[in-house]
Amino acid sequence: MDALKRDRGHLRVNAEECKGCGLCIEACPPKVIRLTERINHYGYRTAEYTGAGCTGCGICFQVCPEPGAITVLRLVTPRSGVPRRNHTATTGAI
Amino acid sequence: MSEETEYEIALSRPKAFYSAFERKEELQHQTHYCPGCGHGIVHKMLAQAIDSLEIQNRTVLISPVGCSVFAYYYFDVGNIQAAHGRASAVATAVKRTRPDSIVISYQGDGDLAAIGSAEILHAANRGENITVIFVNNTIYSMTGGQVAPTTLLGQVSTTTPKGRQAGNEGYPLHVSELLATLQAPVYIERVGLGDNRQIAQAARAVRRAVENQARGLGFSFVEILSPCPTIWKMSPVEAQHWVRDVMEKTFPLGVLRDLIAQAEPRPVPRPAPSLDEIPRILGVAPPAPAASAERSSPKPASPLDLQVRVAGFGGQGVLLLGEMLAEAGLDAGLEVSWLPSYGPEMRSGTSNCHVRLAQEPVDSPLVAHPDVLVAMNEPSLIKFAATVRRGGWIVYNGEAVPAECPAEGVHILARPFTHIADELGDARAANMLMLGALLEIAGSLPQASVDAALMRLVKSPRWLELDERAMTRGRELFQEAFEGVRR
Ligand SMILES: Cc1ncc(C[n+]2csc(CCOP(=O)(O)OP(=O)(O)O)c2C)c(N)n1
Ligand code: SF4
Repeated sequence: MDALKRDRGHLRVNAEECKGCGLCIEACPPKVIRLTERINHYGYRTAEYTGAGCTGCGICFQVCPEPGAITVLRLVTPRSGVPRRNHTATTGAI
Repeated sequence: MSEETEYEIALSRPKAFYSAFERKEELQHQTHYCPGCGHGIVHKMLAQAIDSLEIQNRTVLISPVGCSVFAYYYFDVGNIQAAHGRASAVATAVKRTRPDSIVISYQGDGDLAAIGSAEILHAANRGENITVIFVNNTIYSMTGGQVAPTTLLGQVSTTTPKGRQAGNEGYPLHVSELLATLQAPVYIERVGLGDNRQIAQAARAVRRAVENQARGLGFSFVEILSPCPTIWKMSPVEAQHWVRDVMEKTFPLGVLRDLIAQAEPRPVPRPAPSLDEIPRILGVAPPAPAASAERSSPKPASPLDLQVRVAGFGGQGVLLLGEMLAEAGLDAGLEVSWLPSYGPEMRSGTSNCHVRLAQEPVDSPLVAHPDVLVAMNEPSLIKFAATVRRGGWIVYNGEAVPAECPAEGVHILARPFTHIADELGDARAANMLMLGALLEIAGSLPQASVDAALMRLVKSPRWLELDERAMTRGRELFQEAFEGVRR
């Protein structure tokens, strides 16, 4: 899908881990995260990616209080090569 | 769809977290924190720091009492959960015991600034090479929202229903500023979780504070202004904004101490002894069975770890005898301790002292099971004879050890030392006679060291001369009794 390819980033939200606090939605600069309409079996409306426009900045990951509710992916381009790993996030990625 | 091939994971659950949290049956991948709780955010940045510094296998996290009491369920590192407020004291102990470990004390504001205020103050003042993560949410959250030292003026809590009043509850305690008045800390910064920029800065500060320790630089402290949506009765986003718009006015963000560039790595303390060694060090172990100890072939106690108890009545020179031995050991380059045991009856009645001479540093000056007991009177002999380890020695000031005295498996030199001293010139020289015998048992102390100790402790020329003679006579008495045994 072309649109997806053009985005520098991509997002996965684990609906069983998310508690729907909404901090990622507030934090996301391009505003591409929203709350689901349905509730998960735990009773929360959870965050979800709108599907397009993620820049891969990683700020949603940083503000999310749950260890693994959010996973941020970055596009592998010939120029950028291997994307930044987890550990660079605290020093430079955000 | 080509997500898997086109995209690579850049940020995901840090490895420093357990893959499943076994605290409860269900949802083992979720923390127990409320939605939007700052503790979760701080946990994540701490886990990232541990990952990026590659220190997971030597990190020890000290969990506090408070909402973060369960931190040990989340971090796959060494974990200790401390009593309320004691985390930085426990961290001190862990760091000193295991200097190679990275010890992180994680504490809330009730824990650290109220009940634990003494512990943090002194850990900081000692400049312990630990990292303290101080999560300040202005309130006792776990217990339902009582006032904390950090509660803002006017802030409502269950115990300040009309808002905190300076006249009644005092002012908000500025812990970072307080600690920054101390000389020792290397790094103190206050950060917040009030918006994206603040959170990014907080993550950098946490990483720095941990890295400082990995570099051995000393005490690092990060105060994190942290939202508690539940107790504050706000939505997570409102609470986040409250940190930035309200809380920060009372607690300005910024670096309060940064000596990182100048700081020299602190000297690493000597690792503490292993657990197995502790009973021996404290002298509480049962006397080691000495299978081959027989009266016919006495073996002297090792001169390298000699434990002596000297006991008698006040005025017999008990303490001086022990001090002489310790001073001589010191002069000979040994590690020594001399512990006088003054009872309320310091001037009369019995008195005794503990002396240790060793090659290794002496961990405890207490001698519960002496290698040698020097008993200057009968009550002392009766009192301490049973404590002498098998194969050890009793030097007793008397014709013979009374039959009822428990002295099985020990070597005995019993002589009327007071009487002999009297013949030498003064009955009070009995202690030096017994010291002479003791020095023979101790074996390897050079005479020059003994002479040096005597010079230091005895000033009168008359007594110097008499004591020297008494010591020589004491050595002879031992040799006469155990001819051929010693050398
Ligand atoms: C010795 C002792 N006193 C009191 C308590 C009750 N207690 C439990 S948590 C807590 C306050 C915790 O507040 P804070 O450190 O700010 O942590 P938070 O819950 O806000 O994260 C208190 C007083 C206790 N557990 N032990
Ligand atoms: S009560 Fe407050 S501090 Fe405790 S878990 Fe909930 S949000 Fe966090």
